[in-house]
Amino acid sequence: MDIKVNILRYNPDTDRKGHWEEYILEADPDERILDLLHKVKWFDDGSLAFRRSCAHGVCGSDAMVVNGENMLACQVLVKEVSTPIKIEPIRGLPVIKDLVVNMDSFFDSYKKVMPYLVNDDEPGERERLQSPEDRDRFEDTTKCILCAACTTSCPVFWTADTYVGPAAIVNAHRFVFDSRDNASKQRLEILKDVDGAFRCRTAFNCTSACPRGIQVTKAIEDVKRETLTIN
Amino acid sequence: MKVIKHSFDGVIVGAGGAGLRAAIEAAPHMKLAVITKLYPTRSHTGAAQGGMSAALANVEEDNWNWHSFDTVKGSDYLADQPAVDILCKEAIDSVVELEHWGLPFSRLENGKIAQRRFGGHTVKEGEAPAFRACYAADRTGHMILQTLYQKCVSMGVTFFDEFQVLDIKIDDGVCKGVIAYEIATGDIHIFEARAVTFATGGFGKIYKVSSNAHSLTGDGPGILYQKGIPLEDMEFYQFHPTGIYRLGILLSEAARGEGGILRNKDGERFMERYAPSIKDLAPRDMVSRAIATEISEGNGAGPNNDFVYLDLTHLGAETIKQKLPDITDFVRTYVKIEPINEPIPVQPTAHYAMGGIPTDVNARVLSDATGTVLPGVYSAGESACVSVHGANRLGTNSLLDIVVFGKRAGQSMVDYVSSTKPMALSDNAAEDLTSKIENLMEKDHSLEFSVPRIREELQDTMEENAKIFRSEDSLEKQTKILSDLRDRYQNVTISDKGKVFNTELLEAIELEYLLDMSDTTVASALHRKESRGAHSRVDHVERDDKNWLKHSFAFKNGDSVKLEYKDVELGNYEPKERKY
Ligand SMILES: Cc1cc2nc3c(=O)[nH]c(=O)nc-3n(C[C@H](O)[C@H](O)[C@H](O)COP(=O)(O)OP(=O)(O)OC[C@H]3O[C@@H](n4cnc5c(N)ncnc54)[C@H](O)[C@@H]3O)c2cc1C
Ligand code: SF4
Ligand code: FES
Repeated sequence: MDIKVNILRYNPDTDRKGHWEEYILEADPDERILDLLHKVKWFDDGSLAFRRSCAHGVCGSDAMVVNGENMLACQVLVKEVSTPIKIEPIRGLPVIKDLVVNMDSFFDSYKKVMPYLVNDDEPGERERLQSPEDRDRFEDTTKCILCAACTTSCPVFWTADTYVGPAAIVNAHRFVFDSRDNASKQRLEILKDVDGAFRCRTAFNCTSACPRGIQVTKAIEDVKRETLTIN
Repeated sequence: MKVIKHSFDGVIVGAGGAGLRAAIEAAPHMKLAVITKLYPTRSHTGAAQGGMSAALANVEEDNWNWHSFDTVKGSDYLADQPAVDILCKEAIDSVVELEHWGLPFSRLENGKIAQRRFGGHTVKEGEAPAFRACYAADRTGHMILQTLYQKCVSMGVTFFDEFQVLDIKIDDGVCKGVIAYEIATGDIHIFEARAVTFATGGFGKIYKVSSNAHSLTGDGPGILYQKGIPLEDMEFYQFHPTGIYRLGILLSEAARGEGGILRNKDGERFMERYAPSIKDLAPRDMVSRAIATEISEGNGAGPNNDFVYLDLTHLGAETIKQKLPDITDFVRTYVKIEPINEPIPVQPTAHYAMGGIPTDVNARVLSDATGTVLPGVYSAGESACVSVHGANRLGTNSLLDIVVFGKRAGQSMVDYVSSTKPMALSDNAAEDLTSKIENLMEKDHSLEFSVPRIREELQDTMEENAKIFRSEDSLEKQTKILSDLRDRYQNVTISDKGKVFNTELLEAIELEYLLDMSDTTVASALHRKESRGAHSRVDHVERDDKNWLKHSFAFKNGDSVKLEYKDVELGNYEPKERKY
């Protein structure tokens, strides 16, 4: 079948601002949105820029706004969205070209929350023990692929880009609730800051945007609650 | 073109599991840069699902010697046995180390790391399937990649994200650095570095149906091959038995480790006929051949009889949810069926390169079949061939390989850097590369010579002529096709003439690596007149240890490929017939 796809294009060499381009593509209902982008790039306009790698929702490269919602282009099929299909870059980060945004500030926020295990105790020759129940407490937030779909769907982030954003808090959660970690307090101090977890206004956009099905808003709530336990 | 120069002691190309593990080892001891064309966390290590083997013996009696035996037998006796011993022995500490750095492994009730069964892994040299694969649900690779990246962040390792390395500088046989292209700006960066590790991953994109990412185009092996470095054992490419029909998305062997069963169109559990003792958990080469045979004998399912079923329906919703959440989600997302209730259509998918850049056990790159070391150049992970996987890799041994030999690459860089002095590169070191790029940019664009056209033909024909079963005829035919594609590639054109995020330009350059990988695969396969592991010749069906217990080394020879051979290093295990 033929379908109409509109893509918000922007080329910094020639354009002052973005403009919509329309493409009519022969597509199969079972194809991914990413396949459509490849069709444009490979057989129509080679200059179309977007990130992608794994093509099955595990690397986090291709978060974009499709018909107004954040998603991974490789994880949604043509038959699941209405036509014409409108594709734009994720919001709140500077656009480099077409669907590619500058991710520097996103990764800087991630690095701010100490996203690594801190434990200086002598671990011994074998693995540390952890019960399946303790392991379960942070299972959900280990799934994050740093795609930025959550952060760039957040109305607070759009207006205050200094806010660390949902993704950073999710990655803090992953360690705060890990029984093996000893730096919760430091992490929570960071998140108590003006640009930390309390900026969240529980809009739930992040939870619906997350392609890994992480309960993002719940994770933020967990972190807020935990923050109140430190003095 | 703007050219910017940097000076480091060491550079690691690639930030998957192998590159990051090398970085953790090397960073404290030198001025180090990690250069990666993808953000580190986007590397394909993150797609690995099922597990990483180590004889921890958390579930049942186990020891690393049995792991070695299985790996050697699985390799169809082509792996170098001293290297396999290193892999299996160091596996235990490697897993423990990852746990100490925070890797959230799944746990047993007693709090120890959980272990599951996987193809070809047995206890007591073949007695029964072994619980050896350490895992984190079916996202083990994701957790390894995240943990290693987190460790690098905590150490303050220097990264050049979205920089693509396109050339290495070797003067008089000594490494001096690499040249990279900054994707966001189109600027060229010269990196002076006397120690360079390639950890660029695999090259599944030479085939049409593959579990590999778009980015897996054989860059490291391609760059070195074009400089005259040989590629080892390229005829051995692994097809994983269970890719989602048509899409190639992987459904981990963990699905069968947890009890999943393969069935043909009649619902028959056909693996009982091919591997009576371990059935569905036979090594991948055997299972993929069995599926291809079922299909060619008309036992495939569907209107075209071209797939078989992976049946998980008897496992129960709870096991599926706890142990196989991601892969069952892939099935729901892309095939729209519920694996708890329905069997899944699958077919073999191009998965893993056993071959690659030849190295010794210290990840040092070898420049010929006699073992001459190329000073300052290292490789680890899927881009390298040590060889620990021989003619067929066992599942879970690659995640192991990337950390064991990634670490060794880092150590070798440290040894080399501490015993040598900095090397300088001249300001015009990037000239070859800039003229290549300018040449591509200047040519008028024509569809016939566009990258996607040539690449699609390459992938279609490799799939047809150089897949699971090969013959002299199919390989001769493919040799001819490759030479025509190569001619067309000489005139390749692109339409994007811009500097910013010109990924069309990069795809054009990657296509040359894909052609190199295909040339060497086909030439090595044509010459090897036997069947061993993943290399099955319908016209030479037997394994021939008398003539072919050898690694192949494919050298670039103008536009053709020249082959040399090196004897396999044996050890405790004499080659035997491989039965399961
Ligand atoms: C779907 C899937 C599931 C798997 N499951 C398992 C499993 O359960 N167990 C197991 O043992 N193995 C598994 N494997 C195999 C294993 O995951 C891979 O072999 C391994 O992760 C490869 O790691 P690597 O570090 O060598 O390469 P990768 O992780 O692929 O990383 C390559 C890196 O190189 C960089 N790069 C490439 N070219 C350039 C360039 N020109 N310039 C700069 N940077 C460059 C990329 O940016 C990337 O960072 C699986 C593989 C797949 C595809
Ligand atoms: S929490 Fe979900 S949406 Fe946010 S970055 Fe992680 S995977 Fe993406
Ligand atoms: S391409 Fe990897 S998540 Fe979509």
